[in-house]
Amino acid sequence: MDRAIEVRGLVRTFKGGITAVAGIDLDVAPGEIYGFLGPNGAGKSTTVHMLTTLLPPTAGSGRVGGFDIVKQGPQVRRVIGAALQEAALDPLLTGREHLKLQLALHGIPRPERPERTDELLARVGLRLAADRKIGGYSGGMKRRLDLALALAHRPRILFLDEPTTGLDPQSRSALWEEVVRLKRDEGVTVFLTTQYLEEADVLADRVGIIDHGRIVAEGTPRALKAEIGRPTVEALPAEGTDQSTLEQVLGRFGELQPSTAGVAVRLDGHGELADVVRALDSAELRVADLHLHAPSLDDVFLAKTGRSLEGAEEPEPVSE
Amino acid sequence: MNLGAQVLSLAKRSVVRTIRQPANWITPLIFPLALMAVNAGGLDSATALPGFPSDSFLAFFLAFPFIQGALFATVNAGVDLARDIQTGFLNRLSLTPMRGAALLFGHLGGVIVMGFVQAVWYLTVGLLVGVSIASGVLGALVIFVLAVLIVLAFGSFGALAALRTGSTEAVHSLFPVFFVFLFISSMNLPRNLIETDWFRTAASLNPVSYLIEAIRSLIIVGWDPEALALGFGTAIVLAIIGLTLSSFALRERLART
Repeated sequence: MDRAIEVRGLVRTFKGGITAVAGIDLDVAPGEIYGFLGPNGAGKSTTVHMLTTLLPPTAGSGRVGGFDIVKQGPQVRRVIGAALQEAALDPLLTGREHLKLQLALHGIPRPERPERTDELLARVGLRLAADRKIGGYSGGMKRRLDLALALAHRPRILFLDEPTTGLDPQSRSALWEEVVRLKRDEGVTVFLTTQYLEEADVLADRVGIIDHGRIVAEGTPRALKAEIGRPTVEALPAEGTDQSTLEQVLGRFGELQPSTAGVAVRLDGHGELADVVRALDSAELRVADLHLHAPSLDDVFLAKTGRSLEGAEEPEPVSE
Repeated sequence: MNLGAQVLSLAKRSVVRTIRQPANWITPLIFPLALMAVNAGGLDSATALPGFPSDSFLAFFLAFPFIQGALFATVNAGVDLARDIQTGFLNRLSLTPMRGAALLFGHLGGVIVMGFVQAVWYLTVGLLVGVSIASGVLGALVIFVLAVLIVLAFGSFGALAALRTGSTEAVHSLFPVFFVFLFISSMNLPRNLIETDWFRTAASLNPVSYLIEAIRSLIIVGWDPEALALGFGTAIVLAIIGLTLSSFALRERLART
């Protein structure tokens, strides 16, 4: 199997003619972390539902773990684990009971279940809370249990649909560490959807940016950002500093960009930050603050769609 | 994992859920008996009607809690299934190798356990307040079997509503509908003693009458083959219809490939 996930022309249209996924192609290599980045409503969850066999595609094809997502649903489900957007847990069951049920339904032999349950609880840091009902769990604990359930049967491919939404920084960081560990130690392929730029930047080997059901950019975070170009310098004039003179000086280093607080310029290669500082000094221009903005994935999104990822969300239908 | 083991795992979850929601088992255990006590107190003079089949209205009315208890169990179970759909828990189960049939029968397994416990409770309370079972110990066992069959039949309709609508509110709204069937039946009087024509006709067309009459016959008559055949036949036909429709609804609901 040279590709863990292979998708060609995948389309999903819902009743009323709403097209959530409008024909996407993507390939994910075994052992890769693929970040699927886009605003709410872009088509991320619908794609995950199709790839995990929960939703039949309207058109196109997909193979996961070497199996066809339409014709070989049961085989696909055997090789994947999934933590979907909502950590769908039963508030009346305990964490341990959830794992026992999951292991039983996956056909793990009864004698192996207690040890595997303890192992998974320890891995996600829920040993002490194992026998408490889920109703008393925090959002972070629920997410961690959700991950443990997805890993119960040792899947080769893991789908994580916005796994850190609503988590505190500590829980988010712990989940990131676990995702990295799964790739590094177990060679698990991870398909991770997220609306957080930082998450995709930190975790993903490659990123696909989806908007309005189409992939608008794909590559490593570094390559995508490099494609956008040079960093931006933003200067906030100090009191008494003439803004137009500041614009004139900075304009020598590249194209001026919109800025709400001061003057921003995208460096075009005619100088680095140090050159900008020297130019300001020799022009005797005082600035209150000076920022160097490296291109971010948001800049990539902006360049590809004309909109910022922040606030670009639309509701996404995931069922009929 | 074979189907039986999957059913067992899901039935166990269903039972655990029921136990941990006291309102789901206290109400079916208490409320039908309370209603029976009120009715038996108020309608005891009905036993003086010529042709009334028992000297004790309590014994006559003891069949009622079995049916009302089945309604409670059904609606509660349907609500649980609808909640699984609403919360996405059904999707979690769908991502496992679980078979569709296991979900349906596992869910109904929990309902059946509840139905059996209720039946034992109602009969025990009946015996404690002086009702004797005309068909004896064997008749009591047959009552349990029929009670379980009724719960299975009703439960399949609760599951159908949950699977079709995916809404707890919609399942809750079934309860008054079921209740209408219960009241327009022979629960208070034998059909031949109902003097209002339309009511007697409605009660005769109402399958709930035959379920009540089968249980009642075992309590106050003994072995009445016709009543038992009609009661078991009705329960079996309802169960077949409910399970068939639920299976189709489940196939639609589990849109997985």
